[in-house]
Amino acid sequence: MTHVRQIVEKPWIWSFVGMFLVWLATVLYTGGTGATQVITAALSFATFTVIVGIGQMFVITTGPGNVDLSIPSTIALSGVLAMKIMGGSDAMLAVGLGASLASGFAVGVFNYMLIRLLRIPPIIATLSSSFLILSTAIAYGRGLKIKPPRMLADFTSAQVAGVPILAVVIILFAVGMSILLNRTLYGRSVLAIGQNMRAARLAGIRVERIRFATYTLSAVLAAITGFLLAGFSGGASLNMGQEYLLASIAVVVIGGTSVAGGKSNVPGIWGAAMFMFLLVTMLNTFGASAGIRLILTGIIIVTVITIAGGDKPAR
Amino acid sequence: MTPSTRKIVTFEKVAKHFGAVKALNGVDLHVDRGECLGLVGHNGAGKSTLMHVLAGTLSPSFGTIAVYGEDITSSYDVGVANANGIRCVFQELSLCPNLTVAENTRIFHPSLKGWGWKRRASALIRTKLDEIFPDHGILPDDIVGDLSIGKRQMIEIARAFTVTEAPLNLVILDEPTSSLDAVTSAQLLDYVRRVGGEDQSCILISHMLGEVLEYTDRIAVMKDGAVVANRSTKDFDRDSLVKAMGNVVEMAEIQKHEACERVRGETPLVLEAATDGADSVAFRAHKGEIIGLAGLAGHGQTALLLKIYDAATKRRPDLRIDGPLALVAGDRQTDGIFHLWSIAQNIGVRSLPRMVKRGLIDPLAETALGEEWKDRIKIKAPDMNDNILSLSGGNQQKALFARALASDASITLMDDPMRGVDVGTKLEVYDLIRAEAEKGRTFLWYTTETDELKNCDHTYVFREGVIVADIARVDLSEEIILQSSFKEHA
Repeated sequence: MTHVRQIVEKPWIWSFVGMFLVWLATVLYTGGTGATQVITAALSFATFTVIVGIGQMFVITTGPGNVDLSIPSTIALSGVLAMKIMGGSDAMLAVGLGASLASGFAVGVFNYMLIRLLRIPPIIATLSSSFLILSTAIAYGRGLKIKPPRMLADFTSAQVAGVPILAVVIILFAVGMSILLNRTLYGRSVLAIGQNMRAARLAGIRVERIRFATYTLSAVLAAITGFLLAGFSGGASLNMGQEYLLASIAVVVIGGTSVAGGKSNVPGIWGAAMFMFLLVTMLNTFGASAGIRLILTGIIIVTVITIAGGDKPAR
Repeated sequence: MTPSTRKIVTFEKVAKHFGAVKALNGVDLHVDRGECLGLVGHNGAGKSTLMHVLAGTLSPSFGTIAVYGEDITSSYDVGVANANGIRCVFQELSLCPNLTVAENTRIFHPSLKGWGWKRRASALIRTKLDEIFPDHGILPDDIVGDLSIGKRQMIEIARAFTVTEAPLNLVILDEPTSSLDAVTSAQLLDYVRRVGGEDQSCILISHMLGEVLEYTDRIAVMKDGAVVANRSTKDFDRDSLVKAMGNVVEMAEIQKHEACERVRGETPLVLEAATDGADSVAFRAHKGEIIGLAGLAGHGQTALLLKIYDAATKRRPDLRIDGPLALVAGDRQTDGIFHLWSIAQNIGVRSLPRMVKRGLIDPLAETALGEEWKDRIKIKAPDMNDNILSLSGGNQQKALFARALASDASITLMDDPMRGVDVGTKLEVYDLIRAEAEKGRTFLWYTTETDELKNCDHTYVFREGVIVADIARVDLSEEIILQSSFKEHA
């Protein structure tokens, strides 16, 4: 009994429950056809949402007001930069990845400088920097559609028995990130800062270093997403990151991370990312029109958050 | 509402259970009109819980609440309590930090509306502050968050005594003087005595036995969730009160320890700070010393502690520090507690680097540290993995002490850390501090209680951000501290 209760009390369980219900509804509607294919597709697409979602989760965990809105443009910049540098050649793969990571690091440093040195609220700082980043991507990429190197394209779309290889890699990565959050000094510091920044400073935590690391981590993860996504979808485009603005925040919240900060978990991000993809698939299967689809998506997300976020006050 | 009975509120067999924890275990208590009732007991004896029930913020698990002889247990809540003129000043302050003093007053009084509400709210709170705390130095336009905890406490108290539409019969003061200095404490207690004559009642919860004995008419002693003694104040003295609380440690213990005197300068200097002001005394601390910071509340003591704390990470020319620092917060909600974490995690947070094995925090080490300090500082908790907020205020404070003492810090800064801590615990913590000082740790101790300064080897008195006196323990007395605090007004 206590085991059951322990599991029910985990905030991330609800995203998996939602994911399962939505999948079940889809499969029942189609009479069982495509039951496994839809999971494969969900794994493939959720992978990208998970990577940016984890970065966003660390940022949101550092407390109210902290959010990274520059994720979409960082994805675009990184994708465009890497594709152009690699020029479709496998030999340049490492250089392209390096450039992509460097661009993410630079964005993170820039975001943090705006927040720290100019004391701009994170929501404004990352929003305004996203315009600068996107302009850089436009100036650099200039409408070229370059194919990704073959090895990258193969890697990002490879499957073994219907399981995408990339999804397995990112599941392992998520395990690592979960350990980073719960078992390292960095993770604990993030959780402490999110609860009470002042108390964290007075408990000996180097608050500003941790915030710097967090914004940089988020930007680097967005850059990795851009790199992989460009490989997966056959090239980079300037609007390739667009849908990840809201998706990155939604998966964090649906996954059971507290928007008030200080409390988060990694498994929920996987559940939520799968849920979001399967939800749209389900509505498409039902033949819902675009308008109905958006309305239902909104309602269902609110419902899940209400159930999942049903946090009792601590006292 | 006809006062057919003199009993404003009567509790019969009131019990409150939180799961398996019986915070209140059948309490019988009443408050008469015009009476000042003292309520004393150890941390976790159930005083605060009882007052939450009285204020209507918690509903009792069993028992009856009667107001003016009428049983209204089932409908009792905050609104009913307010309508019957029952107000509460809780230990955890309830002002909105982002609003001004006047705006906070308005929240309390919905009838202040329409044009000019701000002016009327300002007048209301200013009058009451002037009445209770002359020379308070608070403006109605001040943002509450910018004020020191002492001033916030003054506003909270004054606000509870303001009257517009609802009547005012009973004010509960939960540790009101713990954030106030000697002068403002006396002003408040005198005021409480004055309004007693006007048929207003008070419940005074305090760990300062002296003020309870001097200012109350009747004292109820709580222990383990029940009232164990309830007599007229005349029938108590300090010893019998301490005995009733079940406290075997006598107050004389403090004096006994004063014997160990040390000559200054035998141990190396670990901290030196220049304060602003030309005639300011230099602030120095040697290894193994307990240094007191005294003076009226908000005259730069906390500011200096924070300046020293910041200097540990950012070099400053006017400060020299030798060794790692830890800080024990007094304002625990804002400066200390991580409210989502367990007791053990709250204690361990300052010592995490020590618990890292191969890059990862060892959860066993964290649990072990929690258990060790549960015993050493006697934290009253069924399980150290429970949330920190499940502890009473005093036990939360103990956890913060444990956090600092468990750390590697050789210098510990204490920002009036004994707020809301009972006598027994205080004596235990004093012993712990002295023992640690013997081992070579240095303590900087800001306190608003003169008695605590007797533990200090040296006391620096602050006035308007400047250190005006350096008093060795042998010369220490309440008079000399008050004298230095007020020099220019005298």
